Amino acid sequence: MAPTTPQTPRLTAGLGLKPQHYADALHCRAPGLWWEVHPENYMADGGPRMAWLQAIRAQHPVALHGVSLSLAADAPPDESHLARLAALVQRIEPMLVSEHLAWSAWRGQYWPDLLPFPRSTAALHRIAGNIARTQDVLGRPIAIENPTHYLHLDGHEWAEPEFLAELVRRTGCALLLDVNNVHVSANNLGTSAEAYLDAFPLHAVAEIHLAGHHADPVHGNALLIDSHDAPVAPAVWALYARVIARTGPLPTLIERDDQLPGFDELLAERNQAHGMLTAAHAAHAAQTAKTACGAPVEEAPCC
Amino acid sequence: MLLSDFQDGFSQALAGTAPAAAPWLAALQAQPGFAVYRNTSAKGCIDALQASYPTVCQLVGEEWFRAAAAVFAHAQPPQNGRLMGYGAGFADFLAGFAPAAELPYLPAVAHLDRCWTECHLAADAAALQPHWLARQPPEALAQLPLPPHPAARWAWCDGHPAYALWQHHRDGLPLPEPLEWQGDGGLLTRPDAAVTWHGIDRAGVAFMDACAQGLPLGPAAAHALAADPAVDLTGLLRKLLDAGALVSGASSPPPLSSPYSLSSRTDFQESP
Repeated sequence: MAPTTPQTPRLTAGLGLKPQHYADALHCRAPGLWWEVHPENYMADGGPRMAWLQAIRAQHPVALHGVSLSLAADAPPDESHLARLAALVQRIEPMLVSEHLAWSAWRGQYWPDLLPFPRSTAALHRIAGNIARTQDVLGRPIAIENPTHYLHLDGHEWAEPEFLAELVRRTGCALLLDVNNVHVSANNLGTSAEAYLDAFPLHAVAEIHLAGHHADPVHGNALLIDSHDAPVAPAVWALYARVIARTGPLPTLIERDDQLPGFDELLAERNQAHGMLTAAHAAHAAQTAKTACGAPVEEAPCC
Repeated sequence: MLLSDFQDGFSQALAGTAPAAAPWLAALQAQPGFAVYRNTSAKGCIDALQASYPTVCQLVGEEWFRAAAAVFAHAQPPQNGRLMGYGAGFADFLAGFAPAAELPYLPAVAHLDRCWTECHLAADAAALQPHWLARQPPEALAQLPLPPHPAARWAWCDGHPAYALWQHHRDGLPLPEPLEWQGDGGLLTRPDAAVTWHGIDRAGVAFMDACAQGLPLGPAAAHALAADPAVDLTGLLRKLLDAGALVSGASSPPPLSSPYSLSSRTDFQESP
């Protein structure tokens, strides 16, 4: 008998949670919906932020997407930050914890950005150690996101997909594939987004990010900025369709951090990803059934 | 190149403090993309300050505010990623910021904005309810310790009506005409889910200062009387309890206040 497949996967498309939308988030019952927050915005001693997050968590899955662990700094992760993150993980029981392949803290200063580095083998050792330390403290694997690139750096010894695959192999971490970052980076560096995705270790992807970008006011389309202040671009939707055709449905976040539209507008964009994931789910189920039907007779009959 | 050397050079280049740049760093800075990192970092700091100091921003206008915030961020960059608490030194910075000299009340208004942030982020605790005090044996009252609630913040400004300016902007109200130009004080508390504010006089400030030093009710009341011999102590205490400004310092567990609820007032935002 064929395994029965629900019409939609349990988790489809999610949205970044903003205080302006707390009440909407709490009451929204869109199927497959989940929410993502930056843990840094909830590392308070108490107060209404945490109360809202816990109330929303009681209704929906929540993912924690860190921006300041600075895993690619040539230093171990800050232990007090890790302790705060671990406390939040214990309280929220997130569906996923993720961070970036980047650095943002160095010698006691924090830069609100995700900074680049040469992908050397020495950097690989350091970052693998930092991921392992984080996973030990949290008691669970984390997912690592591919960053956006704006610069040609010297000193890369690894291509990024291979570097990420090696981190997965060494630490057991998962990956967060940001398709907008792939598009923006390929544009800015003059490389191929499709080739990047072909080389990407898709088997390790636990979550996908989609976001909007804009052209640099001075340099135009030659320099795209990963600004999260606009709807997802058609080229990014197209890359996304390619990815989920290969991977099947994966929890997908619409990231919007600036020029925030009304909740209905965000939800409509989220529903577009939800529709694509539902279709991918159906296609994947059909593919699975077809493969099973074509199997030799001695194996479990399918229908 | 060592990863740490790369990070030393790159971070100095971002801060604009790199000495005569090494060739590799000069080559990076010559690429158009380097400015994206510099701009994004600066914008992150300035956005965080604008989210934390909305009243200052209203008073001076967004353009002036962001220019001042950029100077502050360069002098006192964030030390960690918890940007919601970034900018503790902004009021003191404004006090010494020459372009703000014509607005002498601005640091005190900034301090009240900072009080709001601290009140918003502070630990939860059950505030003492007014009826709890009435149940205490009168002979024990003077020795009752009454610590401030962890979220309570209070401030007095001597020379300017900083609280009146701050409160009218926060409440979206027109300033009274004429505004009486004299010192005043503000008390910010979080009795339930949202930050609330009240005016507070010198006696109230003296009382809260004494409570924060660990003094019990009797000596704290003496401080209030010293600040204003005509103070209505019963009225003051009722006002502080109604505002949720105090917790129990007794060893017995305090009675719980009403259950924590969600306020429909999400009058706070994340900086992008």
